[in-house]
Amino acid sequence: MRVLMFGWEFPPHIAGGLGTACYGMTRGLARNGVEVTFVMPRAYGDEDRRFVHVVNASDVEALYNMTDGGADDILKKMSFIHIDSNMVPYISPEEYASYHEEYVKSGRKVWSTTDVWKQRYTFSGKYGANLMEEVARYAVVAAQVAKELEGKFDVIHAHDWLTYFAGIAAKRVSGKPLVVHMHATEYDRSGENINTQTYAIERAGMHAADMVIAVSNLTRNIVIEKYGVPADRVVTVHNAVRFAENSAAAPERGVKDKIVTFLGRITYQKGPDYFVEAAAKVLKRVPNVRFVMAGSGDMMNHVIRRVARLGIADRFHFTGFLRGEDVHKMFQLSDVYIMPSVSEPFGISPLEAMRSNVPVIISKQSGVAEVLDYAVKVDYWDVDAMADAIYGLITYPALSKMFAEKGLEEVTGLKWNNAAAKIKAVYEQAIERKK
Amino acid sequence: MKTVCLYFQVHQPWRLKNYRFFNMGKDHNYLDDLTNRSIMQKIARQCYLPMNSLLLKTIKEQKGKFRCSFSITGTAIEQFRAYAPEVLDSFRELAATGCVEFLAETYSHSLASLASKEDFTDQVKRHTALMKAEFGVKPVAFRNTELIYSDEIGAMVAELGFKVMLAEGARHVLGWKSPNFVYANAIDQKLRLLLRNYKLSDDIAFRFSDRGWDQYPLTAEKYVSWLTSEENPGEVVNLFMDYETFGEHQHADTGIFEFMKALPAAALKSKQIEFCTVSETAKKYQPVSVLHCPHVMSWADEERDVTAWLGNELQNEAFAKLYDQKEKIEKLKSKDFDYVWNFLQTSDHFYYMATKWLSDGDVHSYFNPYGSSYEAFINYMNVLSDFIIEVDKALEAKTAKSAKTAKKKA
Repeated sequence: MRVLMFGWEFPPHIAGGLGTACYGMTRGLARNGVEVTFVMPRAYGDEDRRFVHVVNASDVEALYNMTDGGADDILKKMSFIHIDSNMVPYISPEEYASYHEEYVKSGRKVWSTTDVWKQRYTFSGKYGANLMEEVARYAVVAAQVAKELEGKFDVIHAHDWLTYFAGIAAKRVSGKPLVVHMHATEYDRSGENINTQTYAIERAGMHAADMVIAVSNLTRNIVIEKYGVPADRVVTVHNAVRFAENSAAAPERGVKDKIVTFLGRITYQKGPDYFVEAAAKVLKRVPNVRFVMAGSGDMMNHVIRRVARLGIADRFHFTGFLRGEDVHKMFQLSDVYIMPSVSEPFGISPLEAMRSNVPVIISKQSGVAEVLDYAVKVDYWDVDAMADAIYGLITYPALSKMFAEKGLEEVTGLKWNNAAAKIKAVYEQAIERKK
Repeated sequence: MKTVCLYFQVHQPWRLKNYRFFNMGKDHNYLDDLTNRSIMQKIARQCYLPMNSLLLKTIKEQKGKFRCSFSITGTAIEQFRAYAPEVLDSFRELAATGCVEFLAETYSHSLASLASKEDFTDQVKRHTALMKAEFGVKPVAFRNTELIYSDEIGAMVAELGFKVMLAEGARHVLGWKSPNFVYANAIDQKLRLLLRNYKLSDDIAFRFSDRGWDQYPLTAEKYVSWLTSEENPGEVVNLFMDYETFGEHQHADTGIFEFMKALPAAALKSKQIEFCTVSETAKKYQPVSVLHCPHVMSWADEERDVTAWLGNELQNEAFAKLYDQKEKIEKLKSKDFDYVWNFLQTSDHFYYMATKWLSDGDVHSYFNPYGSSYEAFINYMNVLSDFIIEVDKALEAKTAKSAKTAKKKA
């Protein structure tokens, strides 16, 4: 089994759980005998290359200068979608599409010099203002990649809406089945006030796909209800967690107080404000505890102001965005980990906390709640329950010990090998369906 | 004959380094040594040294007819000692001429006058002692941080034994009155007030190099004609400004040094102007009236209030949490803790947390080393939190020790 995978980020250059999941998954797939060709917008020099072949999309030279040669059949297999975008640094899909239209109509080659096509497409791996444009351009190169790799893969696997156009393009070029993986839906990110452009891309991706993988039953339900995907084409595969071989020694603790940690993007989806309210309640009762909010996001300033107004800023700390070693260090320094997400398709970070022997509190509105028994589960809006749970875990050692030990055992059982086996079965189903 | 009272404010804050949550409990060096040193040495080179030598030369040339006043914050003096001792020497030379008065203020350019009487008194006493030690004279005139003033603050200052205090000639306080007279505090009328003539002060401090200004370029002769003009009536003209104006805010190539070199001679030549220090000015004239100022004012921003430092919830929180430590620090009686306690009080830290960026955004961002007020707040709170932990630890150790000795005695 060979798979062409379109991901977005890869450790250590990650802005969220998506990259971590992709990494664990590809390793698991490799163990299950699946060859993965992973395509992502930007490959850095320092990735772990053992289990996947990293194709640097930015380095895939667009070969459209072959217009007088064999490229015409590519053009026939492709069509382009107009996407509203603000800035065009090199050449835009719209421009290409209009060139293409003219070419198809008149049969005349619009460009005589090949210079403009020779340039390498450069992608920015970070989420940016011109994301739509990047997504579209990414699809152009994806088609190119799929064309070059023709006959070298059996199935295409695209992660999250950012790569769905790429997946669709690759499917059209190669005729291979497409599996799309929903790590989050637009409803998780924005509540009911969705970005319709993003929604449309997600929907198009899932409808063009032969099979859809959802990271939890919660997400599966949203996919079926809000995106109208037939239920028999949507399969839940829960994420797992990868154990680092040998974790570094625990860092020396600077402060004696108990530490309760929130780690994630500080956005509406993650429910940071509920954490702040719960923290204020706990601090009224017990003095020897500190709260840490690690991460950054569009709600950060709002949260800082709220913390200041509640008068708890000497016990509520912000670290800013953490990566790599610092994330690990933060887990090891924590006594309680909390994920109060308003809507969390899966939520891989509690598993990482449990791996570091930290008891966790998670919201009932998270996908990870479906696979965990040894985690305190509360409604995200129930700050009293959240405060109670924090208080219990920092005050009663027996309780935190139980959650930490049993939790570690539980999380050890969640292996990517098993999840990957399920994904492999989905691939087989997709191939079957395509026939 | 009009009296011109020139007063310069010298201040440098101790800048905090980027202090993260992970540093807490382990790292107690809060300062960005490299930045502090390089800024101090740069400003010493561009402003303090050349301007001090210019003033010294002028005083000698005018044979005592040119006089001016300074106040130097404790944190600035600390940094002179550490990074630019030659600046301190040049100030001592100025002091030795007898034509320069040094004022008292808060030790760390702090907002203690807004916290409590005890905090304020402590800060002022520290600074007075420092001035006496450095320049051999105990100050009798007072200048509060950023010219923060209200009737109550004035009364506190009078109680501390000062005869005269500086304040802003704020339009909303003065109304139809002119800043060009000596006034008295409304509660304790023995305290005389000198009010800053903000128009004429800012002509030098802000507008001097502004090419869009219709009076550009400003010459000494033109400026003297404004000082003596009948449109500027009154007995005194109080020109108060940051000392860093000369060579730093107004760079040397704007001609600011040439202007300051020419100004005293041009003014004295007019025979209508004399220069006096703050105390001399206050003594020379009777107050024309009391000044009612029930609400706190300052010399900052268009509003002339204290919202630049205590105007949002971030600043209020940091301020409250800082002054909560006061009693503990007093109990500790430790030089090391006092040192940190002092530099944490510096108003600049609060200034960086300001979120009012409307009319005065330019000035604010010029002085702000942080990317945003939120970053400034987080960094300050991290440092403060670690400091609180250390204070509590030290206090615990101290009580344990004294309990032990008490037991032994018993």
